[in-house]
Amino acid sequence: MKKTWAKTEKISVKAIKGDSLWGYLFIMPVFLGFVIFALMPILLSMYYSFTKYNLYSPPQFIGLQNYADLLKDELVGKTFFNTFYAALGIPFVIILSFLTAALLCRKIKGISFFRTMFYIPMVCSAVAVSLMWRWIFNSEYGLLNYFLSLIGINGPNWLSSTQWAMPAMIIQGIWGGLGGNIILYIASIKNVPQSLYESADIDGATAWQKLIKITLPSVSPTTFFIFVMSCIGAMQDFARFLVMTGGGPDYSTTTAVYYLYLNAFRYMKMGYASSLAWVVGMIVIIITIINFKLSDKWVNYD
Amino acid sequence: MINILIRKKASIKNTLSKTGIYILLMGGSILMITPFLWMISTSLKDEGSIFAMPPQLLPNPVLWQSYGSIFTELKIWQGFINTFMIIIPPTFIGLFSSALAAYSFSHINFKGRDKLFFVLLMTLMLPGVVTMIPTYVIFSKMNWVDSWLPLMIPGSFGSAACVFFLRQYFKTIPKEMIEAAKIDGMTHPNIFIKIIVPLGKTALITQGVFGFLAGYNDFMGPLIYINSSNKQTLQLMLSSLQGMYSSSYNILMAGAVVAIIPTLIIYGLCQKVFVEGISMTGIKG
Repeated sequence: MKKTWAKTEKISVKAIKGDSLWGYLFIMPVFLGFVIFALMPILLSMYYSFTKYNLYSPPQFIGLQNYADLLKDELVGKTFFNTFYAALGIPFVIILSFLTAALLCRKIKGISFFRTMFYIPMVCSAVAVSLMWRWIFNSEYGLLNYFLSLIGINGPNWLSSTQWAMPAMIIQGIWGGLGGNIILYIASIKNVPQSLYESADIDGATAWQKLIKITLPSVSPTTFFIFVMSCIGAMQDFARFLVMTGGGPDYSTTTAVYYLYLNAFRYMKMGYASSLAWVVGMIVIIITIINFKLSDKWVNYD
Repeated sequence: MINILIRKKASIKNTLSKTGIYILLMGGSILMITPFLWMISTSLKDEGSIFAMPPQLLPNPVLWQSYGSIFTELKIWQGFINTFMIIIPPTFIGLFSSALAAYSFSHINFKGRDKLFFVLLMTLMLPGVVTMIPTYVIFSKMNWVDSWLPLMIPGSFGSAACVFFLRQYFKTIPKEMIEAAKIDGMTHPNIFIKIIVPLGKTALITQGVFGFLAGYNDFMGPLIYINSSNKQTLQLMLSSLQGMYSSSYNILMAGAVVAIIPTLIIYGLCQKVFVEGISMTGIKG
């Protein structure tokens, strides 16, 4: 008996050790990737932010000079303003996505056709979508101004106007952002227990009341998720601005990350760009933390 | 008698609300689809007719010359080939790397497992913008700029998001099954290949499709790392069309249509994959 126990123990210790070996081995690729492409770059980035570095000569340590320059750089203020301005589209996207998802949850014939209509923009590349919308926003021959003229409005010079370029980008952003959010909302709305609606029906609630008083609070975790992800995405929005407007006119559609790109890859100011990257990164983290702290007030996980 | 009247009123109300919903959905769909229709319409016109006022939705006559230019003069074929060569290997290799890690995190017991997973998860919080420059510097020092390597190597190591997604899915595989396999003498690699992969097929395909699409649509990566025009990806080529054909919108739109077609095909084939994949991300998130 004693012998069998010892043997079993030996085998199980061996088994655990064998387990550990495979365990570590299997996570090796991902962790190597983490060290090389996440950890090292983060540390390097922090270091570069304290240097003057144009990639060809070695980095020169200059302490907090970059950060001081950031405060004095007018374009920093402007690009951050632009970034937040563009983010104003977020509430619109969320509201529209929610309402559309509610409609798309109904059992109606042809519902998958309608869903597809809203999902398609989601899979298309930023470049293709931007080209498409550039043509639509064209001031003389574009579709948008034509339709506006049909209702008597003289459409502005959209992408050539410092005033209207960013609103144009917001419109384009809303159009493209609906699909993914609608999918999330539909999944979430489907999970709301029927019984809640049934008791509301007994009380004589209208469809709108049921939507606002039952559905909306019940999907608040999804709303929270969408909002957090949208904020993170909006702070780093860049590609579509490059293709649609080239950041103009007069930097009115240059976002923070776009300015970062310019500093790093056009002006070869790697150190300055790194400090800018950290500021953007810090803001993202702070906004995310604030979102999480505030979530207790309005998100309910029933 | 009154019952009939009440039921009639209720069914009229029902029909009215259904009609209302249809109208709203039709309106919304028209708003969503019109840009695409306009894009296609423009691509089938010639230089003069694109500027006709009022705008003609149906081109008359339908001209395919823009597509001709796209394929012959502009060598968009090269863009397609380049793109597929760049994105296919990392999609498979990266998926494999992530799946191994996901299996390990979900079913293998080893010291520090949960702490390590947490560290990996933290990278999801990381704004990508921070790593962009140092990564470029590293690749630059290795003389890999203007090659495809910076676009292919990082992805091959897997991604935290993919690991997270797959781990959630693998956890639904009952651990009794794994235990039984171990008692049968199966090693972990064996278990991975014979049990995890077949059972996790749906999740793996989902992540594969997402990864492929992300690579296909990627613009920033190629923008930073590719300089030679013969190495350009499709998205990069599309974007540079603007410089060459700034107001030949028929050609620009033809390019955009050509670029979108593969994504539409993938969407058409894998619709379910998209919807379920994104839904899972939201629910687990």
